[in-house]
Amino acid sequence: MNHSSERAASTYLTGFVLAVILTAIPFALVWGGLLTGPAVYAVIAVAAVIQVLVHLIFFLHLDLKSTPGENLFFLGFAAVLIFIMVGGSLWIMIDLHHRMM
Amino acid sequence: MLGRLTFDAIPLYSWVAMGGAAVTVGGGLAVFLLITYLRAWKVLWTDWLTSVDHKKIGIMYVVLALVMLARGFVDALMMRAQQAIALNNDGYLPAEHFEQIFSSHGTIMIFFVAMPFLTGLINIIVPQQIGARDVAFPFLNSVSLFLTAAGAGLVLISLVIGKFSTAGWTGYPPYSGIDYNPGVGVDYWLWALIVSGVGSTMTGINFIVTIVKNRCPGMTYMRMPLFTWTALCISVLIAFAFPALTVVAAQLVLDRTLGFHFFTNGDGGNMMMFANLLWIWGHPEVYILILPAFGIFSEVVATFSRKRLFGYKSLVYATACIAILSFTVWLHHFFTMGSSANVNAVFGIATMIIAVPTGVKIFDWMFTMYRGRIEFHPSMVFTIGFMVTFVIGGVTGVLLALPPADYLMHNSTFLVAHFHNMLIPGALFGYFAGLNYWFPKAFGFKLDAKWGIRSFWFWIVGFYLAFMPLYVLGFMGMSRRMEHYADPTWQPYLIVAALGAVCILCGIICIAVQLYVSARNWGSARDTTGDPWNGRTLEWATSSPPAPYNFAILPEVRDLDAFHDMKIKGTAYQAPTSYEDIVMPKSSGLGPVLGALGFALGFAMVWYIWWLAALCLVLALVCIGIRACDDDTEYVIPASEVAAIENVRLAQITPADMHDMRDFLPRGAASGAALPGRA
Repeated sequence: MNHSSERAASTYLTGFVLAVILTAIPFALVWGGLLTGPAVYAVIAVAAVIQVLVHLIFFLHLDLKSTPGENLFFLGFAAVLIFIMVGGSLWIMIDLHHRMM
Repeated sequence: MLGRLTFDAIPLYSWVAMGGAAVTVGGGLAVFLLITYLRAWKVLWTDWLTSVDHKKIGIMYVVLALVMLARGFVDALMMRAQQAIALNNDGYLPAEHFEQIFSSHGTIMIFFVAMPFLTGLINIIVPQQIGARDVAFPFLNSVSLFLTAAGAGLVLISLVIGKFSTAGWTGYPPYSGIDYNPGVGVDYWLWALIVSGVGSTMTGINFIVTIVKNRCPGMTYMRMPLFTWTALCISVLIAFAFPALTVVAAQLVLDRTLGFHFFTNGDGGNMMMFANLLWIWGHPEVYILILPAFGIFSEVVATFSRKRLFGYKSLVYATACIAILSFTVWLHHFFTMGSSANVNAVFGIATMIIAVPTGVKIFDWMFTMYRGRIEFHPSMVFTIGFMVTFVIGGVTGVLLALPPADYLMHNSTFLVAHFHNMLIPGALFGYFAGLNYWFPKAFGFKLDAKWGIRSFWFWIVGFYLAFMPLYVLGFMGMSRRMEHYADPTWQPYLIVAALGAVCILCGIICIAVQLYVSARNWGSARDTTGDPWNGRTLEWATSSPPAPYNFAILPEVRDLDAFHDMKIKGTAYQAPTSYEDIVMPKSSGLGPVLGALGFALGFAMVWYIWWLAALCLVLALVCIGIRACDDDTEYVIPASEVAAIENVRLAQITPADMHDMRDFLPRGAASGAALPGRA
């Protein structure tokens, strides 16, 4: 009991530190003006996606071995829906952008 | 101190608006006095408002929906009256007031009639259908209810203090932006959506967990009743779609309140993103409203045809297909925004594909009825009326899915007729069928069938009268939301539509009379067995109304039609050898308190009363903290008390009350017995 709660605390702390770092990077880039243009958007997006994974792994304790298949199925479903929503929005808005030029 | 709230907020600008305010205040006062006269405040608080029992929460949701239906319908009647007379004159409504009315009609009907109605029915029935004692998070359920009620309260109070939005129920910027709409109307709309939207999202999460985790032994996914399946699918849709609405509303709030530029004309804003995000929520929302009704029709059609549901698996797969496809069609709401042909074609084709699983369902219901012993109970009559009428709406929908046709029909009354043709038969008739079907389960006595049939006929005749002319008017070029017009050929159609609205009014009155008559005669229509219709699914295994714990002993399911199977095998209504203690969640007053804080927060943000908004946020956090620190949230019903309740119930049931199941016994080869004749 004691051992497992210690381990849980350490994973939460690791997750927290990683999340802080992944939040600090985009803020530093924008505030410090270290990067500009499309590159900064790409870095922010990548940091955001990695942070989602950090939350899933360190806070929700998701992994491919011990998590029930049902939960992974729902996660996959969520990924498909997010892909449809974000991808569709990007497609629609970029298409409109070209037609408005 | 009071932000921009002054005495000017009282609607003295027109007699009609003052009348609306007077009716709202008078209605609230009448309810207050009635409760005081009945000395029911204590009962109301301890037995209802603070209750976390899913059945009571469900009943409160349905009551909220019926009250708001009356309000939303008055809006509809006023619009039809205005358009019937406003040929070459201004009618009786000032333009700005007419705009408020069509905005509030749409907002109320979607968010505060359809959503609470379906959420209420799911609350009452789904835990019983899956053999559970409550939802996964009973307290969260209570908070969801009161946040929804808080949103409804914001819409209602906008009649009395200030104005409602004039930007339509979709509130497209830049017209809903601060430059063109500086008043409080759009803010009322936004905060009603945000507050109730948070409640809906939590409901979605609650029911996903409930259905995935709380099913009784033997209830595999492919043995779940179809209503539970639709509830699961729409809970997933809610959990994914409503955040999009909350985000887009929050962005518009930031634009309006703090001067951001998400959707403004200048400074890098892009109002097309608003349409995009709104409909990412909006199209799944259509299916959130319709799928539970499909589930109700599936239950009703099987019960009253006295047959097993035809094509259960295909209905499940069709439901799941619709749920996924509903996320792939949202652009068809704004074909005319000017996307390229490829984009419009992809979304047009996706829209047409979604008609396929819907058609599969219609055929499944018809084959269920085929050679069944159909009983024309009001809920069955609503189901048949739905099938006939909904197909017409589906066909016009496939027509609108063609981008070139949509360019002609967009924003015309043809579109208005189309979506009412989907939502009135497709959603509302389903909820009415559910009301007639499950009322005895919730209250212990049946609704009067005669008045139910009458309400059906008024509704369906009124529907055709009100909306078929709008299809024609759409072809004649009438756009939606017109306060007045100059084409004399339109007026006859609009007068017929107004008569249709009057007919629907009679339908609503019939429902009120039905409730009154049934309540007056309740002793003669009591449901002692808990199974008034010879039902097939597990919710009919509980008593009517069910005990707080639903099932004294969790049932074990062996068949899709679990309770039907138990009745045939003779295992229904059997007293178990022993009972056990049951742990149930305790009532909590924090649900209504959080709802009240949500209402006050919305009101404060609408009127820029910053100190009140901050205070509400802090108090809400304190409430959540109190709840999180409370480890004493459950109580135990001792086994002796359970045994007492169950023994009283079982003693009331005589063999004469039970349904004759001999007709349902398998015959011939299906019975498994040796067939006569030589080998």
